[in-house]
Amino acid sequence: MYDGGKILAGIAIFLVAVLLPVWHNAVVASAPRPEVKTPTHEKQCVDSAAVMRASHMNVLNQWREAVVREGVRTTVTPTGMTVSMSLTRTCMNCHANKKEFCDACHNYLAVSPTCWECHVEPKGSSS
Amino acid sequence: MKAGRRSFLKNAGLGALGLAASKAFPTNAEGAAAGGGPRWAMLIDTRKCLQEKGCAKCAEACHLAHNVPTLPNPRHAVKWIWKENFREAFPDQEAEYFDEVLTSSKMLVFCNHCDKPPCTRVCPTQATWRRGDGVVMMDWHRCIGCRYCVAACPYGSRSFNWVDPRPHLANITPTYPTRTRGVVEKCTFCEERLPEHRPPACVEACEARAMMFGDLADPTSEIREVLRTRFAVRRRPGLGTHPEIFYLV
Amino acid sequence: MLEKALVGNRSYWGWLALLAGVIAVGAFFYLRQFAVGLGITGLSRDVTWGFYIAQFTFLVGVAASAVMVVLPYYLHNYKAFGKMTILGEFLAIAAVIMCMLFIFVDMGQPTRVLNVILYPTPKSLMFWDMVSLSGYLVLNVLISHVTLDAERKGIAPPSWIKPIIILSIPWAISIHTVTAFLYSGLAARPFWMTAVLAPRFLASAFAAGPALLILMTLLIRRLTRFDPGREPLQRLAVIVTYAMTINVFLILMELFTGLYSAIPEHVAHFKFLYLGLDGNTTLVPWMWTSVALSVVALVLLLNPHTRGKETTLIAACLAVFLSIWIDKGLGMVVTGFVPSPLGHVTSYWPTLPEVAISLGIYAIGALVITVFYHIALSVRGEIAH
Repeated sequence: MYDGGKILAGIAIFLVAVLLPVWHNAVVASAPRPEVKTPTHEKQCVDSAAVMRASHMNVLNQWREAVVREGVRTTVTPTGMTVSMSLTRTCMNCHANKKEFCDACHNYLAVSPTCWECHVEPKGSSS
Repeated sequence: MKAGRRSFLKNAGLGALGLAASKAFPTNAEGAAAGGGPRWAMLIDTRKCLQEKGCAKCAEACHLAHNVPTLPNPRHAVKWIWKENFREAFPDQEAEYFDEVLTSSKMLVFCNHCDKPPCTRVCPTQATWRRGDGVVMMDWHRCIGCRYCVAACPYGSRSFNWVDPRPHLANITPTYPTRTRGVVEKCTFCEERLPEHRPPACVEACEARAMMFGDLADPTSEIREVLRTRFAVRRRPGLGTHPEIFYLV
Repeated sequence: MLEKALVGNRSYWGWLALLAGVIAVGAFFYLRQFAVGLGITGLSRDVTWGFYIAQFTFLVGVAASAVMVVLPYYLHNYKAFGKMTILGEFLAIAAVIMCMLFIFVDMGQPTRVLNVILYPTPKSLMFWDMVSLSGYLVLNVLISHVTLDAERKGIAPPSWIKPIIILSIPWAISIHTVTAFLYSGLAARPFWMTAVLAPRFLASAFAAGPALLILMTLLIRRLTRFDPGREPLQRLAVIVTYAMTINVFLILMELFTGLYSAIPEHVAHFKFLYLGLDGNTTLVPWMWTSVALSVVALVLLLNPHTRGKETTLIAACLAVFLSIWIDKGLGMVVTGFVPSPLGHVTSYWPTLPEVAISLGIYAIGALVITVFYHIALSVRGEIAH
């Protein structure tokens, strides 16, 4: 290979650089997993913790379509509760502290949902 | 004679308005016309409104309930309901020799929730559309802020958020969202109150009882009764938009 | 072929560097606009469309004008335009890119612009505008690439490109018609709601676009060894003459209908443009300048002697371009909003950020044209080194 040494060296440097996040986290301790405090006054969310952890964003999107575009405001959860499909009035009624609950995981995963540009978070939870 | 009939009708209207709250929301079973649900509309008695000079209780109630901001720059104003000069609210009513009490005063204006809205026709993302019950609705998640609907509205009912509205909200009502910069907004007939059988915030706040909210699909509703017995004008009906806000003048 | 863009002399790179500077300034101001909102423009509750949308409207016309060289060459075998079609197509590409950018910077929520594709709404003319502009861009990119590539290889273009080229002809007409329909179907805006708007758009496009093409061809002839000869430029000049005459005629038709009918909501807009309304005379000097320029242009163009002489032809083309730019790029959009449906007269003038962003977009268009023309002329071996 013409200039083989330089090419192989370049590829090696490139691989190291581009895989930096992977080997860095493997070698050095990463940021601690966030521990979210669950609310105390309600035992049951609109669905199981596993489902909510994986799909709460989809649940909220479905609620949004139902309330805004179809005018349907309440729903029956898989657990049998009738709830108002509202971020502010249902979800944040229990998960009232946005910083401790929502932001803890979102910041860890570098996710910035735009919900709170419009939807008002409960008083006392700083963003 | 004329005075007697007019004052009788006015009193009948007043009494009817007093009962309006309970009768304004028939369920489908009760009073909806064959072929569907309610068809919401509003009636404004301009003479009653004019009795309270300088009153803005309807606008204050609406703007508070819906987190409508007060912008320092009038060019960026966001307003859902406000008062316009008679000539500007009703440009096709030549008003030279009419009653000056009326023509020199300000009329209450807001979205007409037209039956054939030109604004919903032009929206490229269906962020605004006409519901079956007549409410011309907004989806602030989908609006791309192109302002085509603002260009299409013949009544100037729509406002665009030129800047972030949050810093310009003195009191935030937490149960209703604010909007973000870059979307168009307007009166939504308090559609969040309708399922709770509550009248719109403006109707509730009006101390002169000048505003009536009702179901046109119910032939026995108060608003239908008043429309049958009194002559009401609408804004720019010749454009074919079928506006559903009626004004008793 | 793109590698040919990387070989150029100092003036070429100096020009590109200058354009890059203007683009950077525009980008900086756009980031500010993205953060703060469209409130940093001169727009207001009454005047909701302004400089950006006006430039978009004007440039759709320039994009459509490529058809004025494509149609004679491909439909009527007018060989003299043979060397010009690629220039027209590249101008169309640059103009469409600028159109899309002007629409993008005008959006309140630009990150959601894909909603127009995700939720297609055939009732809305804006949906069809997106379809027609995107389609036109694809068509012109394909056509210019295939024909230029064939020229580079010294062979005839493949036969399948011919129907696509023919398709681009009605498509060009359609992009500007759809843009006119955006305005001319709105009952709320009597200034725009006229059947003559689409024909007027097309007439002004077919005057301004070829005028620009003539000017650019003469500039390229000065800078390189490219010389299409006298005939294509003279033919284009005749096209500009006819189109400008029709455009001015249609403007006079609008003035007659509006003013003779004396309907206040029609008269008010013309008053605003030419006399001022309620003390607002922002556009008055501009409109009369446009009128004067169009008179000068017609005098120079209708006379075959001055049309045939290059110096006066250049003056005429500049006059045509500027006159139509003022009419479409300043006058037409804002006037639809003054007075507003509620009778308010609100002034509008673009702010510094608005102008900076617009210049940045124009610089992007100039960059695209420069690079593409450079490639085309390199392929033809006509770059002077």
